[in-house]
Amino acid sequence: MDKILRIDMGASGGPKCTVSDLGEYAGFGGRAMTSAIVSKEVPPLCHPLGVENKLVIAPGLLSGTIAAMSGRLSIGCKSPLTGGIKESNAGGQPAQVLARLGYAAIVLEGKPAGDDLYKILINKDGIAIAVDNSLKMLPNYDLVAKMKQEFGEKICCISIGPAGEMKMNAASIACTDMEQRPTRHCGRGGVGAVMGAKGVKTIVLDDTGMPVRTPNDPEKFRDANKRFVEGLMKHPVTGQGLPTFGTNVLTNIMSEAGGYPTFNFQQGSFAGASKISGETLAELEKKRGANPTHGCHRGCVIRCSGTYNDNNGNFLTKQPEYETVWSHGGNCGIDDLDAIAMLDFLDDNIGVDTIEMGAAIGVAMEAGIAQFGDAEAAITMVREVGQGTYLGRILGGGAAVTGKVFGVERVPVVKGQAMPAYDPRAVKGIGVTYATSPMGADHTAGYAVTANILKVGGYVDPLRSDGQIELSRDLQIATAAVDSTGMCIFIAFAILDQPETFQSLLDLLNACHGLNLTGDGVVGLGKKVLSMERDFNARAGFTKDHDRLPRFFSTEKLAPHQVTFDVKDEDLDKVFNW
Amino acid sequence: MHIIVKLFATLRNGRFEQDVLHLADGVSVQHVVDMLSIRSDEAAIIFVNGRHADPEAPLSDGDTLSIFPPIGGG
Repeated sequence: MDKILRIDMGASGGPKCTVSDLGEYAGFGGRAMTSAIVSKEVPPLCHPLGVENKLVIAPGLLSGTIAAMSGRLSIGCKSPLTGGIKESNAGGQPAQVLARLGYAAIVLEGKPAGDDLYKILINKDGIAIAVDNSLKMLPNYDLVAKMKQEFGEKICCISIGPAGEMKMNAASIACTDMEQRPTRHCGRGGVGAVMGAKGVKTIVLDDTGMPVRTPNDPEKFRDANKRFVEGLMKHPVTGQGLPTFGTNVLTNIMSEAGGYPTFNFQQGSFAGASKISGETLAELEKKRGANPTHGCHRGCVIRCSGTYNDNNGNFLTKQPEYETVWSHGGNCGIDDLDAIAMLDFLDDNIGVDTIEMGAAIGVAMEAGIAQFGDAEAAITMVREVGQGTYLGRILGGGAAVTGKVFGVERVPVVKGQAMPAYDPRAVKGIGVTYATSPMGADHTAGYAVTANILKVGGYVDPLRSDGQIELSRDLQIATAAVDSTGMCIFIAFAILDQPETFQSLLDLLNACHGLNLTGDGVVGLGKKVLSMERDFNARAGFTKDHDRLPRFFSTEKLAPHQVTFDVKDEDLDKVFNW
Repeated sequence: MHIIVKLFATLRNGRFEQDVLHLADGVSVQHVVDMLSIRSDEAAIIFVNGRHADPEAPLSDGDTLSIFPPIGGG
């Protein structure tokens, strides 16, 4: 993993590849790599869909090795949704495969002059780029089926659906899982629209004939990995809770805590929560012969994903994640798991972010386009996104666009990006992260739900403003570092609580790269990533006034606890003072 | 007094999802946890009326007690 592949999609005579060594980007992986290249090379004032933007695809520092959980792929660019820097990451197979093919990054540059659509094949023999207009407007599942016919069963795909081709703000980039299903998405920020603007439908990867990456010190690496896996298995969240119930185990606890945004952030708990909870979902999956315990990539030992069958026992979609069950469920007043699973399938197939999509529909329901709770109307709306009708294009523009078009005041976005499944009034730490993350409202950027609700990594009362700035700061720094390793963020549950598991992660990094990183070094990496991202945003025109929640969170009390978001503006401005 | 008790995830195994318990006035959360044979490390997250509570917290008539094992997601 010692080279960078650049593809100039706008070169005269057709796309042109250049392979270089890492140069000044040596030592970076994942989010650190994407944010370093974007902040250095992309003009901050460029149009996100224009010739000057770049789409950077990077496996993490540990991807492609035998290290457990190292399969996250980072994709970065200037975001068409937020106008700021973006890193969105996903599981699935591509990170491992790309790393084994030797690439620390693929950079899509320029823009083709015509409207041809390209497919890119990368394998041990090199890179082949071809026009294939037969792929136009193919949904992700159909696209992957076609690529398997053409290139065999050993491939994995990075692809966009119709939403990416239509350059919608909510467009995602799909990554195939171990069963070659396009179910793991770099969802946030409209990265799919940027890939669409580059004219690239899919990047097909095949690592046949390529070895597993060899660490600098294989023996120390194996030992560290063993301790790392033991730590993950020992912790009750990563060893038991996540594999048994998946991420959707959060539905009940968030609703009980009064922090579950319901009816487009009008109230904090949902009467239908139990019907769509992780407990109910896992039971239904087992009853229908599906699998509630499944890993999304080779080397995953937590196995929080799963499969969902329809009532005839046929595969419908992956096990919908908590955020999806919330956005299409409680946020829209829908308590029907089959409808939510259909929405999950449609989102994956069309290639849109499930959070942005559910939030946009919630805003549309508030505007009276449909009634809260009308599952059929929600399904029709997502189908319209795939068809590119006028309504579909508005919704595919995201929650902020939808709110503006329909004249809605209660629009839950920061920097134009929709909030996920935790109300910042009742989970104030996550509110600080939503407000200040360079990514826009993003729960994963500093997941304060850990200490606020789950009592992992300490406890900070979610209903009070005390301690939330420090909590969010520390988590944003740690996350920026973890996002650079290729590690799944769920390892955080174990490394926050178990010092020896954190040490084993350090040992993995050191044995892999021949380093002597300490905890301070990891903190330093996280700060460096955040600083690059904030610097890009500042040059793109963002100020401290963009690090704020929408006004209604300060003025409308949230039931049942009757709370507002009351962290002071001057305190929000201290998050990045280190 | 009457307390509504809700159990979640693995704590439901061999127990219940939701029940109303009749208890002596002023008993603590820990009393209910013991009564239901839930190990202390299994009762990782405790809410009384949707707010975090300690095991020693006394209960009052009409309270809703929610008990969760260690869980996470997101």
